[in-house]
Amino acid sequence: MRHADEYRDGRLARALAARVAQEANPAASYHFMEFCGGHTHAISRYGIQDLLPDNVRMIHGPGCPVCVLPIGRIDAAIKLAERPEVTLCTYGDLMRVPGSHGTSLLKAKAAGANIRMVYSTTDALRIAEAEPEREVVFFAIGFETTTPPTALAIRIAAAKKLKNFTIFCNHVLTPSAIQNILESPDVRELGRVRIDGFIGPAHVSTVIGSQPYAFFAEEFEKPVVIAGFEPLDVMQAVLMLVRQVNDGRCDVENQYARAVKPEGNEKAKAEVAEIFELRKSFEWRGLGLVPYSGLRLKEAYAEFDAERRFAMEDIQAEDNPACECGAILRGVKKPTDCKLFGTVCTPETPMGSCMVSSEGACAAHWTYGRFRDHVRAAS
Amino acid sequence: MTVKTYKRKLDFKNGRVDLSHGSGGRAMTQLIADIFHEALDNAWLRRGNDQSAFDVIGGRMVMTTDGYVVSPIFFPGGDIGSLAVHGTINDVAMAGAQPIYLAAGFIIEEGFALADLKRVADSMGEAARSAGVPIITGDTKVVERGKADGVFITTTGVGVVPDGLDLSSEKARPGDKVILSGTIGDHGVAVMSKRQNLTFETTIVSDSAALHQLVAAMVEADGPALRVMRDPTRGGLAATLNELAHQSKVGFRFSEDALPIKPEVAAACDLLGLDPLYVANEGKLVAIVAPEAAEDILAAMQAHPFGRDAAIIGEAVADDHHFVQMTTSFGGGRIVDWLSGEQLPRIC
Repeated sequence: MRHADEYRDGRLARALAARVAQEANPAASYHFMEFCGGHTHAISRYGIQDLLPDNVRMIHGPGCPVCVLPIGRIDAAIKLAERPEVTLCTYGDLMRVPGSHGTSLLKAKAAGANIRMVYSTTDALRIAEAEPEREVVFFAIGFETTTPPTALAIRIAAAKKLKNFTIFCNHVLTPSAIQNILESPDVRELGRVRIDGFIGPAHVSTVIGSQPYAFFAEEFEKPVVIAGFEPLDVMQAVLMLVRQVNDGRCDVENQYARAVKPEGNEKAKAEVAEIFELRKSFEWRGLGLVPYSGLRLKEAYAEFDAERRFAMEDIQAEDNPACECGAILRGVKKPTDCKLFGTVCTPETPMGSCMVSSEGACAAHWTYGRFRDHVRAAS
Repeated sequence: MTVKTYKRKLDFKNGRVDLSHGSGGRAMTQLIADIFHEALDNAWLRRGNDQSAFDVIGGRMVMTTDGYVVSPIFFPGGDIGSLAVHGTINDVAMAGAQPIYLAAGFIIEEGFALADLKRVADSMGEAARSAGVPIITGDTKVVERGKADGVFITTTGVGVVPDGLDLSSEKARPGDKVILSGTIGDHGVAVMSKRQNLTFETTIVSDSAALHQLVAAMVEADGPALRVMRDPTRGGLAATLNELAHQSKVGFRFSEDALPIKPEVAAACDLLGLDPLYVANEGKLVAIVAPEAAEDILAAMQAHPFGRDAAIIGEAVADDHHFVQMTTSFGGGRIVDWLSGEQLPRIC
């Protein structure tokens, strides 16, 4: 079985690395943001930074669904799970995300809340069917990639007339977040973050296509290269970005043509449009309230909306003041700029969401890359 | 007048363990006799005592105990019974010792099918016989439905350390070679493939095996050169190397290219978002050995069926941070850290 090895070939990686080194102007520096946590993980997991010249820097973006969920939403989920009639189904990563006052779903589960770890929306549906006496709520999170499966689950639940299945919807949209970063004072006025180009999302783009990025490339004059999540994809995308910068181009290029079409996946988009509508605004950790960046169920599917069925209130909760997750998610700070990093905040005892998911910038650097900090300190 | 008592046979077709099987009465005696004594039969058990006496052998002995709660109970390549024998034999063997006796404790949930219990006991008996390590005493408890999950097994093992050996976790030193006895991740992926909400088609089977004969071959090749051995079960190779790094106050460096891993295991891990370095093994060992003896020990391992794919994967280095570092196949460097949280609950 050949599987994915051809996208992880060390020989090809070295050849690409040599190209990048050759073509990057030594008198210039290049700052590229990889939006997706999937890319952040690949960069750390395969040590891609080691293969790039010093003047090509990667900035981690906010594209980690677990990381961008604000504390208030975690608190709301915990409150929901504590209701005796509710069984809350969630992806494993969310279990450890800290809520207010040191709470988490994991601790709520240990204290007796009925919380189940699931691998997909269909698992949650199955539980709802098997346990009709329980109110089964699926904690729906994620970008455009995970939204179609949730939409499908709603449609199945409607067809089966399931009365005990709802979702706590936290689906968010990538283009709104990228726009928010590019319009933020950090980037525009203060110049605290220099972004010369974006590595565009892999899986998200398979759904939404490459067209939505044309706006950024044109309006903000930033090149975008959509790339797959394998390490060679990332290397090649970096080379393509370097070339665009050198040529003074701001195009949307598609490195991930084996999966991404310009128009995306029409069927999945139609499925989502049938079930969901835009929220006026949605809170992101780090970015604050971002207009038209989140989804909720349409009125016709209101009976599957946990927020409506359980009259859930919006909970406003402050991040730990010392935690730099917000600035890290905006690309303003690096994990090592945070005083908590590696001291009180580690994957075992995360203080902020970026230390929880393997796609989070802090967890990725702690788990895979922190030896470089010591190498740097020693030299 | 003597009344001939009629004893109803255990119903292996439809019967289930009920609370009377744990009550200390006839039902319990029958359960133990007809399932456990039948399956594990040996001279010690036949005497029917609550303990077994055995002669003490001169020299140093090792003793270990381990609980088994794997879910599902039956998985490709093994079951909780064979696992409970292999796992404890391996913990004894990792001291360089030859295991001689086992003890087994069972916690059974009310309602557990007698047929399944027999299957587990038979599998234990078979594993113990083929390893040549008898189970000489045991205990059975039954708990109410919902207080356990089918059956939990605890096994205890004792073994004898050959003269001149003193393996211990603090003994790795810079320059020592790290030998891995074979492919990683097989057990965890095999168990995972049968999880209720995750069933996927695969030909992967658990590597569950007793490694004491492999260890005997290594001891014969160059026992004194063995610094420390460990079986990378829960937490996988990553956890084992991190534990040893901290206990020995060294770092480890190894190369991803040197790791033996089956392509189908790598593919399944990719699919499930797992890193094979963290996935449990039940028939593999990691040996830290003196560099000058590494090739001889490796050759002895490769000559044994359970060490056929053995490889030198890296070495211990001086490192105050005790980092385990890997050069990826891609060419970059990374840390192989402890696992945080549970990657796969109840894998053994």
